[in-house]
Amino acid sequence: MGISIDIVRKVARLARLTLTADEAALYQSQLGTVLDHMADLSSVDAAGLAGTLAAPVPADVLREDSPEPFEAREELLANAPEREGSYFKVRKVL
Amino acid sequence: MSQPDFELVAGLEVHCQLATRTKLFCGCVNGASGAEANTAVCPVCTGQPGSLPVLNKAAVELAFKAALALDCGLAGTSVFARKNYFYPDLPKAYQISQYAEPLAKGGAVVFTAGGVAKKARLQRIHLEEDAGKLLHAIGSRELDCTLVDFNRCGSPLIEIVSEPDIFSGSEAHAFLAALKEILLYAGVSHCDMEKGELRCDANISVRRKGDAALGTKVEIKNLNSFKAVKEALDHEFSRQVGVIEAGGRIVQETRLWDVEKRRTELMRSKEDAHDYRYFPDPDLAPLVAEPRWVEAVKASLPELPAARRMRYTEAFGLSGYDAEVLTSDRALGDYFEGAAKGLAPEAVKTCVNLITTDLLGRLNAESLPVGRCPLAPGALGSLAGLIHKGTLSTKLAKEVFSKAWDTGKAPEALVAELGLAQVSDEGQVREWVKAACSANAQAVADLKSGNGRAIGALVGAVMKLSKGKANPLLVNRRARPTRCS
Ligand SMILES: [Zn+2]
Repeated sequence: MGISIDIVRKVARLARLTLTADEAALYQSQLGTVLDHMADLSSVDAAGLAGTLAAPVPADVLREDSPEPFEAREELLANAPEREGSYFKVRKVL
Repeated sequence: MSQPDFELVAGLEVHCQLATRTKLFCGCVNGASGAEANTAVCPVCTGQPGSLPVLNKAAVELAFKAALALDCGLAGTSVFARKNYFYPDLPKAYQISQYAEPLAKGGAVVFTAGGVAKKARLQRIHLEEDAGKLLHAIGSRELDCTLVDFNRCGSPLIEIVSEPDIFSGSEAHAFLAALKEILLYAGVSHCDMEKGELRCDANISVRRKGDAALGTKVEIKNLNSFKAVKEALDHEFSRQVGVIEAGGRIVQETRLWDVEKRRTELMRSKEDAHDYRYFPDPDLAPLVAEPRWVEAVKASLPELPAARRMRYTEAFGLSGYDAEVLTSDRALGDYFEGAAKGLAPEAVKTCVNLITTDLLGRLNAESLPVGRCPLAPGALGSLAGLIHKGTLSTKLAKEVFSKAWDTGKAPEALVAELGLAQVSDEGQVREWVKAACSANAQAVADLKSGNGRAIGALVGAVMKLSKGKANPLLVNRRARPTRCS
């Protein structure tokens, strides 16, 4: 199966990763192995079987719609790289 | 070739904020976008590592309501998926949405444009979370950074996607108005566009009339009012026709509507921006729409505007226009039904007139919603009854209406208190007519010589004598030439 170096570079770009040539080659071979496993799975005849992502959850275990305010808001803001007042502050994006 | 040889084809994507108390996947308050920044936030909606989403049951039920009210087919199972992209308004670097298996497919919105009933089919409805809000300027001061407020991040939305069944700016406007009416009736959303609770993107293409194939579509974003949607579609139609007539080609792109300049502008597009790499979210189980659950939600749906309009025309004999006005707001329809309760069929029309002129006029003048009307529906109904029974003239009814509004007293009590009851006593009316005749000899002479219009002066005089209380029907009958001597 395998994967082309162009696709490796594209995936890296989408994930905001800068790869050296060696790294790109390493990931090319590792991702190729993963895809080979998938190809093995695809070769199994699963016609008639419904796909299963996870056990479906019945409605009564969903969350009731009642507010539960989070008290440690300051701790969240403390995680901001930078802040201004109660805002998170980031590099200008527009 | 010119504009008349082309037609516009548009599909709309409407994002609607659900009227829940909490966000889609956490217990933070929904609708805190006006509050101090980052006050309605928690580890889940700010994407802290290790936090896990838990689906809000009420949000699912409101999405079911929307789907049922719009005649969509609910999927037995729908699946949450991650839409991956990097932007500061999205702390997890993915938005939880639904992709391959949405909550509902199909359905339609029926609307009237240019006096003609039209129908736009729907493609799908899915549930998703909102992103945060970015601030690039404070007032007119441009910032050298971007500030992020996550109060809105994680709020529950449904995205409603129409088929390309909309063929003009005014059709888009009418489609949205009808959609909003249904969502409001069903209690799905508050639909306040100014608060961003209803947002719209449009996919627009043009084609030569008679062509079956669709042209290349352009996406327009930032349509934050019905007016913007209409204007943007009309503008984009002219722009695309212009490009084609000049021998150009339409490119698939995303454009932004500029409200100030009233034109669309190309949005800077990043390479790979649309490669969202959707995949099922492993943190969330598939959502199963159990038939019993769906039935219970269905049973809680109120009567929808179209059905109500039909009932008003059939059961109450209202005109299409009156039915339209009364059903345009669920609270107004409820008010009308409260007022019309127990009224004779002929008095219902009087009741409708009181609502559409006096009541709406006064509510409008005081900027009050129907829900805060100081006059109870029953009081307005009695007023209509008093007019219908002949106790009050329409003119005096206005006075009673306004006194009842101001004092909260019942119309019957006011009529007695103010001595406003219309006088239908034949003897009394005859007295007034006699007095009016002797004081208006010229009018009497004119009337006798065949000038029918002279009766106006006599009726006027009677009304003056009776302070407006004489029953005008009786006055007219008594003031006939043969009797006026
Ligand atoms: Zn939260």
